[in-house]
Amino acid sequence: MAFLSKSFSGGIHPPEHKKLTEFFKIENCPPPEEVVVPVQQHIGAPSRPIVEKGDAVLIGDPISESGGFVSVPSHATVSGTVKTVEPRPHPLGTKVLSVVIENDSENKWRQDVGFDSSYQELDKKEILRRIQAAGIAGMGGATFPTHVKLSPPPDKKIDTLIVNGAECEPYLTSDHRLMLEETEKILRGMQILVRVLGAKTGAIGVEKNKMDAVKALRQKIAELNLPYKVYALHVKYPQGAEKQLINAIVNRRVPAGGLPMDVGCVVQNVGTAAAVYDAVVYNRPLIDRVVTITGNGINKPQNMLIRIGTPFSHVFEQCGGLKENAGKVIMGGPMMGLAQSNLDAPVIKGTSGLLVLNEKQSHRQEEQPCISCAHCVDACPMGLMPKMLGQFVKYERFDSAQAYNILDCIECGSCAFVCPAHINLVHWIKYGKLKVIQKQKKAS
Amino acid sequence: MDKKYFVSSSPHVFANDSIPKIMYTVVLALVPAGIGAIYYFGPRALWIILIAIVSAVATEALLQKLMKRSLTAWDGSAILTGLLLAYNVAPSVPLWMPAVGSFFAIAVGKMVFGGLGYNPMNPALLGRAFLLASWPTHMTIFTDAVPRGGTVSGIDMMTNATPLNVLKSAQGILANPQQFTPEQTREAGEAIGKLYDSLDKLFMGQIGGCIGETSVILLLIGAAYLMYKRYIGWKVPFTFIGTVALLSWIFGGTEGLFTGNPIFHILSGGLILGAFYMATDMVTSPVTFRGRLYFGIGCGMITFVIRRIGGYPEGVSYSILLMNLLTPLLDRWTRPKVFGGRKKNE
Repeated sequence: MAFLSKSFSGGIHPPEHKKLTEFFKIENCPPPEEVVVPVQQHIGAPSRPIVEKGDAVLIGDPISESGGFVSVPSHATVSGTVKTVEPRPHPLGTKVLSVVIENDSENKWRQDVGFDSSYQELDKKEILRRIQAAGIAGMGGATFPTHVKLSPPPDKKIDTLIVNGAECEPYLTSDHRLMLEETEKILRGMQILVRVLGAKTGAIGVEKNKMDAVKALRQKIAELNLPYKVYALHVKYPQGAEKQLINAIVNRRVPAGGLPMDVGCVVQNVGTAAAVYDAVVYNRPLIDRVVTITGNGINKPQNMLIRIGTPFSHVFEQCGGLKENAGKVIMGGPMMGLAQSNLDAPVIKGTSGLLVLNEKQSHRQEEQPCISCAHCVDACPMGLMPKMLGQFVKYERFDSAQAYNILDCIECGSCAFVCPAHINLVHWIKYGKLKVIQKQKKAS
Repeated sequence: MDKKYFVSSSPHVFANDSIPKIMYTVVLALVPAGIGAIYYFGPRALWIILIAIVSAVATEALLQKLMKRSLTAWDGSAILTGLLLAYNVAPSVPLWMPAVGSFFAIAVGKMVFGGLGYNPMNPALLGRAFLLASWPTHMTIFTDAVPRGGTVSGIDMMTNATPLNVLKSAQGILANPQQFTPEQTREAGEAIGKLYDSLDKLFMGQIGGCIGETSVILLLIGAAYLMYKRYIGWKVPFTFIGTVALLSWIFGGTEGLFTGNPIFHILSGGLILGAFYMATDMVTSPVTFRGRLYFGIGCGMITFVIRRIGGYPEGVSYSILLMNLLTPLLDRWTRPKVFGGRKKNE
């Protein structure tokens, strides 16, 4: 029950599988000979490339400029020469315009990256400018441009910044390791975020299966004498979903169709907080991120700091390669991650994990008729009826699907996880959402 | 990169659950009550159970073959239907009856609607209703349950009325005392008193009744297992039984309001079997939180009305069948509230 403890109603308890990697320190992944940096790694307008074949670049040099307000630039993540600018395989499954840089292995950074002692005096506008210029987009996986989230309209007063360290996806441990190894950076980043938002306070939500991280954060907070609170949350999926996290921590419910700022909150991932610190204090763009490489199909599961643009195949080589029986490669966690068909696709800003399942785990049993067991209705954290949505979409009754609030689905996958008839509910619902949105656009 | 990888929509991991797993778990939960039935009613009960199951599975397999559908007769659902049908007939019925009942249950109760998942009503109960309407005498002669140790054949079993039968006729006499001799009224009162004194027998199952419905304790053991496995919830059975208990306490007595015996009403007849194993049938009960509450309350109200003033002594199966028909509407009326609620202008 949501009101008895720090949690939300609905949800599921999938096996965690975090033991595979949670005790491994973050290792540096050696940069590849060639990085492929897509101009679109975020939600919003794609950025525009500003380099050409043959240009020399240093680490941190922008290689594209924002394509609008809801957009962020990409940066060179190795020093070297631009080999080509062309569409390349992207984790989303399509080809996306990308800047390919040949690594000269000199690892040279651009000049103006370094500690800026004046950061305490920076005004809000300059901080936001630096965050956008650093190319920061939500690093929990949704990759919404961070500076946009930090610029609510003036009539929306934000009182609480919530930093998301729930990491409720099974297998993933990148946020966990980051909280242990970069505790101070996260908290300092939080300070900056609270200041920009003019928020009264900050809170961090961490699932109870990471008590060492909770302890580390609390200790550091006491040491630095910060006014922030760390919440140890129930281990339940999707505890780290924005609306469920807000519900658990401040006991407010974001209205359906609304945003966290409607209830005075902004949520940022722990990785984003750390990146914000680097961007504002060191003027360091987002050129790498922590990725959990895990699953039964990989020889050496571990957590790695990886340059953006590093092809998956290169990452796997550093982890002892894929096992013979590897059957499915997923970017992200097993509940919401994207299955990959091409291992040339690169690590992008939203790559929290690379999960390799073996063949046996890779395909689902045949779909059977729905027996109305109601497991999906009980599991849905959004108060929807996935069984009905699935059927509506199957029979192309998109109006009914809309009336049953299909657009409020957060695609967390809880319904499909519990379904004993093995119905691909998320698949149907995603398709139905697309159709409903298309219809709405046509009408307006 | 030559190797091809599986690609599919998320999620990529699943609970280790399946329809056969659910069905066979429910069958397993019903086994103790079956063993109890064989102990009390003799090997004839076992024959009835086996015949009903074989008939159900054979009917489903045959029809799937005729309809050129994939063969899923072994997914456990037909076995469960056959088992429940057997539990819902008297132990003295001729052996062809469970076969016919299972055939009707599967053919008309399930397959004509499209098979598993599409049937509007509980097939086993529909089969029972069919048998009851067609051969009422066979279906309403009950044998007394005394441990037989497997030595007495079905033919010379003693017949007796079920506790609910006795209650119904006794209450009928007490309601119109002027039509009966004082002797008869006194006997009726004594009969009710005797019923209320034998609650322990009801609990253990030493009474007349259908094969699977008599032993409350064995049914509860299975139900507890299913609840632990989360294949049945508390909402339908508890509201069902609670409603029957409340109404029978208030209106069930012969000496005015609040003189009824709710414990007797809970323990007798098919209430425990119906509330935990048949009203909770996934296909035919609502999927929403409130829907399940209303469903249980509706079942309880209809059951009590039939028991108290209807023509039959027992109303559990009809109450469930009637509420089954309301299930789609209940689901529509009780849609859960979307997280955060809807904004007014939408």
